[in-house]
Amino acid sequence: MDGTHGSGAREVIAVQNLWAGYDGEPVLEDVDLSVRERDFVGLIGPNGGGKTTLINVLLGLLQPTRGRVEIMGLPVEKGRRFIGYVPQLVDFDRVFPIRVWDVARMGRLSRHHVLRRYSAEDDGAVARALREVDAFDLRDRPFGELSGGQRQRVYIARALASEPEILLLDEPTTSVDPRVSQTIYQLLERLNERITILMISHDMSAISSYVKTVGCINRRLFYHGEDQLTPEMLELAYQCPIDLIAHGAPHRVFAEHDHPDAEPKRDGRDGHDR
Amino acid sequence: MIDSFAAALQFAFMRNALLAGLLVSIACGIVGTFVVIKRIVFISGGIAHAAYGGIGLGYFVRYSVLPLLFAGNTAADSQRPGSWPLVGAVAFSLVAAVVMGLIQRRTTQRADTIIGVLWAIGMSIGIVLVDLTQGYKADLMSYLFGSILAVQRGELWAMLALDALIIGLVALFYKELLAIAFDEAFATVRNVPVDAIYVLLLCMIALTVVMLMRVVGLIMVIAMLTIPPAIAGQFFRDVKRAMLGATLLGTLFIVVGLWLSYRWNLTSGATIILVAGSGYLLSLGVKALNLRPGKEELDPAST
Repeated sequence: MDGTHGSGAREVIAVQNLWAGYDGEPVLEDVDLSVRERDFVGLIGPNGGGKTTLINVLLGLLQPTRGRVEIMGLPVEKGRRFIGYVPQLVDFDRVFPIRVWDVARMGRLSRHHVLRRYSAEDDGAVARALREVDAFDLRDRPFGELSGGQRQRVYIARALASEPEILLLDEPTTSVDPRVSQTIYQLLERLNERITILMISHDMSAISSYVKTVGCINRRLFYHGEDQLTPEMLELAYQCPIDLIAHGAPHRVFAEHDHPDAEPKRDGRDGHDR
Repeated sequence: MIDSFAAALQFAFMRNALLAGLLVSIACGIVGTFVVIKRIVFISGGIAHAAYGGIGLGYFVRYSVLPLLFAGNTAADSQRPGSWPLVGAVAFSLVAAVVMGLIQRRTTQRADTIIGVLWAIGMSIGIVLVDLTQGYKADLMSYLFGSILAVQRGELWAMLALDALIIGLVALFYKELLAIAFDEAFATVRNVPVDAIYVLLLCMIALTVVMLMRVVGLIMVIAMLTIPPAIAGQFFRDVKRAMLGATLLGTLFIVVGLWLSYRWNLTSGATIILVAGSGYLLSLGVKALNLRPGKEELDPAST
């Protein structure tokens, strides 16, 4: 696989001049985003910067006020079936009585499956997906009793069970410890050999280590398909100089010439709580 | 005490009451489980209280409108309200279910306030219509506190039909109902018709509520709808088993409550709920004993 996002690759997500928000208050302004097949895009941004809003728009859960959004060349409502959505772990109700297998099988739902039972083909796809994330042995376990990392892998399996073209992940490593996050990112890296990935995260070290292209989002999106976060991008996004430390990252986080204001001082993760 | 209960079973009304308890427990176990896991207890309460408007309408039509239409007709002069209040309750609760469901879906904020307002309006309409109704009102209290001992044979058939309908609908749409309860955003992305499935669930709640109203009364509908599934949900890690467990628990609570009511001459709806409530507290105690000390501190997210 090539690490670049050459212009020859098919465009799987196309966002043009997007404005979106709640009750007339724009959260996203004039966002353009083009994701090509097999890319691994990481977007970071402050809380309230519109990360979740962008996800909601891409999933058709929120209607944009302006602009055009296409998934696989289709309007969102039609194209979203190609997206495997992996939500944040924190939204889950731990006492919900459900087993891992039944969670993963939800990836097989669709409009056409209403009034039809799950087929052997569905079960095959679910089993493949669970094996792929190394969670097949957990299939009879109550979902609420899993660890954070295990639940995250089951969510990824649920997304994979739908045989998606794109994986869309919302903060995949919130509330899991760093060692577990690493295995999750390694899993994503492997999946990226055949699936396009768009990930939203606050975890800058991960963004810099595993993704192919990066961007920042804070009302506006600063994304030009670059493979490094530039201090200029971060400054635009966070509206203040940002501190970054790449923890043994294979990619560099900083461009060659460091911005004078962007001297690494603290971990960027907790440097900007507001 | 077993003997006295066996003796009580010689009465037809007691056998009817037990059958009604079983039939209601089935609906409660299945629908109540979805209410608990989807956390829509509040909107269920709204539907239940709005249903009272239907009962008032039923009384009003029966005693104030029909006599005008059929003046002199002897059938209309009989004392019994007939099925009018129940038909009114079914119609009103279904309308309330659809309206509240759509409001909740279409408005992004204050949905709970709007539901609370509709809840009160439905109830008030019922009370005013009853005030305006001439004559016989003795049955009204039975809708507030239930009258399982007065359940008629025809009502048992109606309950059986409603159970069959609910079981059929849940069997047909089980995976979609489970999906919207577990993760509605994901179900939406998979293009499951989530709004339609949600309204279907609310309509099943409406039908269950009307059945329950006969057994434990409007005021205690929510307790009976939520307590058995809440207990079952603590001990079963699978929705279908939780439904079965909730049905069995509901039946147990109704039988014991009925016996207490019979033995001490107490209001049956209240004794049933007290038994159910005690069962719930007991289950929390059992659950707490099963937890190793300190486990909760280690895992704060589990609450």
